[in-house]
Amino acid sequence: MLKLEKLTKVYKTGDKALSDVDLEVPKGQVIALIGPSGAGKSTLIRCINRLVDPSSGRAILDGVDITSLSARGLRRARRRMGMIFQEYALVERLSVMENVLSGRLGYVGFWRSFFRKFPQSDIDEAFRLLDRVGLLHMADKRADELSGGQRQRVGIARALIQDPALLLVDEPTASLDPKTSREIMRLIVEMCRERELAAIINIHDVSLAKMFVQRVVGLESGRIIFDGKPEELTPDVLTQIYGEEDWEATIEVVEDEDEEDEEAGGA
Amino acid sequence: MPTRTTSTGVKVWQLRDRNGQLIRWALWMATAIIFYVSWMKISDQTTWFFVYDAPRVAADIGGRAWPPRWEYITQLGRPIWDTLNIATLGTIFALIMAVPIAFLAARNTSPTFPLPRFVTRILKAMTGRTMTSYNVIRPFALLIIVSSRSINSLIWALLLVSIVGPGVFAGLIAISIRSIGFCAKLLYEAIEEIDENQVEAISATGASGWQVMVYGIVPQILAAFAGIAVFRWDINIRESTVLGLVGAGGIGLQLQSSLNTLAWPQVSLILFVILIAVIIGEWVSAKVRAAII
Amino acid sequence: MSSVALEDRVGKRWRKPHFITNPMLRWTLLIGGTLYLIAAFASLEVNWPRVYEGLERGWRFIVGFANPDFVSRAIDIREGMIESVIMTVTSTIVGVAISIPVALGAASNIAPLPIYLVCRFIISISRALNEIIVAILFVAIFGFGPLAGFLTLSFATIGFLAKLLAEDIEDMNKSQAEAVRSTGSSWLQWVNFGVQPQVMPRLIGLSIYRLDINFRESAVLGLVGAGGIGATLNTAFDRYEFDTVAAILLLIIITVMALEYISGIIRARVQ
Repeated sequence: MLKLEKLTKVYKTGDKALSDVDLEVPKGQVIALIGPSGAGKSTLIRCINRLVDPSSGRAILDGVDITSLSARGLRRARRRMGMIFQEYALVERLSVMENVLSGRLGYVGFWRSFFRKFPQSDIDEAFRLLDRVGLLHMADKRADELSGGQRQRVGIARALIQDPALLLVDEPTASLDPKTSREIMRLIVEMCRERELAAIINIHDVSLAKMFVQRVVGLESGRIIFDGKPEELTPDVLTQIYGEEDWEATIEVVEDEDEEDEEAGGA
Repeated sequence: MPTRTTSTGVKVWQLRDRNGQLIRWALWMATAIIFYVSWMKISDQTTWFFVYDAPRVAADIGGRAWPPRWEYITQLGRPIWDTLNIATLGTIFALIMAVPIAFLAARNTSPTFPLPRFVTRILKAMTGRTMTSYNVIRPFALLIIVSSRSINSLIWALLLVSIVGPGVFAGLIAISIRSIGFCAKLLYEAIEEIDENQVEAISATGASGWQVMVYGIVPQILAAFAGIAVFRWDINIRESTVLGLVGAGGIGLQLQSSLNTLAWPQVSLILFVILIAVIIGEWVSAKVRAAII
Repeated sequence: MSSVALEDRVGKRWRKPHFITNPMLRWTLLIGGTLYLIAAFASLEVNWPRVYEGLERGWRFIVGFANPDFVSRAIDIREGMIESVIMTVTSTIVGVAISIPVALGAASNIAPLPIYLVCRFIISISRALNEIIVAILFVAIFGFGPLAGFLTLSFATIGFLAKLLAEDIEDMNKSQAEAVRSTGSSWLQWVNFGVQPQVMPRLIGLSIYRLDINFRESAVLGLVGAGGIGATLNTAFDRYEFDTVAAILLLIIITVMALEYISGIIRARVQ
């Protein structure tokens, strides 16, 4: 469904952030993109929805080459890709509801969005999503009144209301405490399962990644150097990606998955 | 550590080393000399007899000005209304003009135009920096801001009185022109400080350029905008009270004619009214600002 | 529980919550504001034929900017500019010197109450009165010339600087000042070692900023006879010599830009 071909990004400063990245993500698959900071994880997902313009190579979503699209075509393509950000990137001065509805901007005209006259179906969907992430009672609060975990839930709702085929997720848990991190990861993965969404999740917490995904891609200095199942992440592989360190502890923690499964789903 | 050896050979600690000390003294000396020379120049142009006489003159004026001619207030209704309008409408016009200028002046929203490749290459050869686009409009926007800010509203009023004739209209335009630079400067600084992540997030949804503006940028600067508006309105209340001195309408006209006829009781009443207006203006703007933030 | 809430909301219209929640207040403000604007515009008397007539002069002014005339009134311009600069410099020095003790007195964390009230009073008087009005009074009392301008600007500087400086002193780091006090220093020593180092960079920055403002203000004081380039400007306007006007305005703009540039550098260095 998503296919990257020799995707390369060289920044103006001359730094090569990505070199010849080839990657294929089938429908409904959630992959974790791991690697040290500066490996190009962020650049990679931003090259897919062209928040960063790749220098060469192609990104193909459902047969459409995104890298060659015009501005209008790009906006259309972006509707198919929901994005979730590290620092939530909610518009803090807008209400929770407006933030969620902003995910529909690609579908409604300027004046309708200007006067907040979204179609009733969008509004219903927004309420359903807010209910699903457990924040219905917060709908008319301003986004900056929310806690970190709550904000990220709004971020997820905003990405999902786009009705995307693919989620691009940039370090969703980097600013959250461990428990909230797991809840958020679980929510994202569950949503992907429910809606058969593909997702690329940038994440630096390897053990958290292994807990939730079926496929891990390791990036180092802009190159893919690992692509496989979480179990295949041996200390050797991790050393290759991150450098020398004792990795045994990281690999072992994967057990306690099910104990707090209830609250996130049933809230 | 800076030290110094005294004649007896004992090292003494000092706050600064010798050069620093010298520069400091030189600066102080220069300031003193500049001040002295400037003061002599002022002194030359001053009729000191008047100055010695000043306390008596001040007492004399004070005596004539008191008590204020309270019944004159009935003739001040219209001038006060005009003054308020000059300040308020002037601020509104200024804001309408200042918003686009601010967006054109802010680095992150000002449109850039791609340079032809050969220009990029020449620049690279000359400066060693890679520039693929250039911002043509920004310098113009900044020039408008600087020109508007450098020139006092009274001078703008003088100019406009000679162009459109005396009256409220000239004062209104003068206040607008003077305020454009002030508002645009503060606003473009606010625009440059916005959180780009929020803008990026809105772009990522597939929103159009104008939608990104309305959802990503405007909410972030709205509070700053409102703050700037009332701040400038408060200043404009003060400034519009004196525009009449050059014929640009408002209560200053009455002040001018009272001064010309040496009607000191009226002058003192007008000054009192101005003082009240300024205090009310400050109070309102403080209230509004507190409500916004 | 939450599903019930959801049932309540799905299918209902949604509106952005109003900024002012009280509908009475909201409508009063809205209608009042509209009525005011209508009344204000209605009372605006514009003499359109006169404006139309003036457009030609406006055009000459813009053309004047393209080729400003520095020459015909060179002597007046030079004298005026020198006088403006002199007034600016002297008034800033004197204003800063006086505003320091006033600021100390107006900082509630240092000054005893009676002194605090007196100093705050000085500040409010200075801030409330427009420079031009002060200049008119000073001209009436001290006669025409730069002395009145100098006094006006000094007076205005006190209100501006002392207020901001006093706020800065009130915000300063208490523990640093207390550390100095605990060494058993006298009040003056305490101010010198505990307070001054903390507010000095801001004092320098503000003084330079005020220098800039004083120059701009000095350009208008001449209109009421208080010296400086304003008098020359006024004359040029009276004679409709727009090319000379343009020359003077350009000089003012350039000087202000230069001052802003320099003050940017100095502020960056002291902070």
